[in-house]
Amino acid sequence: MVSALLGGHPAGALPSPVIEPGFFAAEDVRVAIVVGAIAAIVAGAVGVFTVIRGQSFAGEALGDVNTAGGSAAFLASVAPLLGFVVVGVIAVGAMELIGIQRPRGRDLATGIVLGAALGLAALLLYLVTTVHSTTGATQTILFGSVLTIASSTIAPVAALSVAALALMAMLYRPLLLSSVSTELASARGIRVRLIGAAYLLALAMTVALAAITIGTILSTALLVGPAATALRLTRRPGVAIALAGLLGVAAMWLGILLAYDSFDWPPVGTGWPVSFFVVSLIFIGYLLSGLPGLLQRRARAA
Amino acid sequence: MTDRGERIGEEQTLAGAEEILSVQGVGVRLSGRETLRDVSFAIRPGEFTGLIGSNGAGKTTLFRVILGLQPPSAGRVLIDGRPRSHRNPLIGYVPQKFLLDPDMPLRARDLVGLGIDAHRFGIPRPSRARRALIEQMLEAVGAGDFADARVGLLSGGEQQRVLIAHALIARPKLLLLDEPLANLDLRAGQEVVALLARIAAEHRIAVLISAHEMNPLLPVMDRIVYIAGGRAASGTTAEVVRADVLSELYGSHVDVLNVHGRVLVVAGAGDASDLHGHDAALPGLEIVS
Repeated sequence: MVSALLGGHPAGALPSPVIEPGFFAAEDVRVAIVVGAIAAIVAGAVGVFTVIRGQSFAGEALGDVNTAGGSAAFLASVAPLLGFVVVGVIAVGAMELIGIQRPRGRDLATGIVLGAALGLAALLLYLVTTVHSTTGATQTILFGSVLTIASSTIAPVAALSVAALALMAMLYRPLLLSSVSTELASARGIRVRLIGAAYLLALAMTVALAAITIGTILSTALLVGPAATALRLTRRPGVAIALAGLLGVAAMWLGILLAYDSFDWPPVGTGWPVSFFVVSLIFIGYLLSGLPGLLQRRARAA
Repeated sequence: MTDRGERIGEEQTLAGAEEILSVQGVGVRLSGRETLRDVSFAIRPGEFTGLIGSNGAGKTTLFRVILGLQPPSAGRVLIDGRPRSHRNPLIGYVPQKFLLDPDMPLRARDLVGLGIDAHRFGIPRPSRARRALIEQMLEAVGAGDFADARVGLLSGGEQQRVLIAHALIARPKLLLLDEPLANLDLRAGQEVVALLARIAAEHRIAVLISAHEMNPLLPVMDRIVYIAGGRAASGTTAEVVRADVLSELYGSHVDVLNVHGRVLVVAGAGDASDLHGHDAALPGLEIVS
């Protein structure tokens, strides 16, 4: 199959055995490439802080909470991104009120909000499947499909990304020192709690972007995976952010490519979910990034 | 004001206007309990002061008051003649027990760089002047050799040096260090003390360093603030480390012994059981085997 394609590329297309003809011509693919890359870049910048602040659970919870936002948006016939952002911001506010900033209260507050939101999601998803008699919507909300995003979504995605990145750029220095040591930060007059709350806002925006590409419950993979991988490979915060973005974009684009190719795989004609490929690639990347350290320890032990 | 130590403290607050830090009658209540009572002392530029007291005596609480992180229930703190404010670039601070995740993507030079302007919003602009300043500060504390290592992987003494550089790079007039010697071995501790004494003298920075053991600081201390029983006595070591002054602070008799240049503060025979019961490790006391 692959070898048969080799000679048959139209002029200008990349002569590669994996990039099938028509890949870049499809509108779905072009939208997916743009939206996927934007989401991955923002997730890289925000995800590095999620990992070093130990807030992976908050990131995961905000993703899961978005299931309620996505299904509410579906029922109300508005853009899912809007549902994700609105519900995410409400969830952040609730966590903040319950007391997410106290290290011990943090996971508790997150868990309480998560439980309540998932209860709501259970109702809304039930309504989506029964009232609209569709199961495809549930699949899309939970596991996403970057290949089915409408091109009209690019503009709001870009706007939300610019806002999230601008917020992160503004917070960068005080947030980094707060993440290193709240004691050092507060001695410098940094309002640690306010900075933490503003960061959660950026996190909610980022999770909404990730949820629209790979689904609400998988969004945390794009947030945490490339960031954790990058943190294994560099000891510089700025480089970690850039590297996390690059790794995320690579996983996203390669995933889209494989999903496009998978239309020819069994069961032929349907294709495998793109989110499966993206998340698998992120996971493989994380495992591979551990190899150098492992080999080093082996060499030292020997 | 019946306490001799407090009288010494009062004398100093009246001494002159060039005091960089003036603590005046500070009292602190933490959850209903009086942690500190009527603490007064002053520090001038270039002075090396030891804040000595056993664990739980209130040293960290006093630091938090000076930094403006803990409002006092009585008294006030003046920094360079003005009331302390929440954000005070005049004070550099090195916290106690700094445990950094080894995975934290932060080189020693990045942490020092954060000392310049971490309180400002935005991303730092790399510049030659900025790099040079960081390099100079790393060299000044003897951290040049591990400038590019992850901070979380450095030893306690190395982290201490990086944190001192982080605090100094903002050019403070007062440097507070909370138990910097607690987690260091003898040699590393001596090196840090010598470094701080040099910094205080060369840059005219007042150094206030807390410790539960005064002996490592005796050669360099210009002044001592001794905390016990929620109160403080301050002055030169000759003025403060005396049986009568410390006995008043502790509220029971203690003896001050000088053994081979080391000061031992020991509970008097009559109160031995009492003192050893709740406060076995008096500051200065060394267990000699």
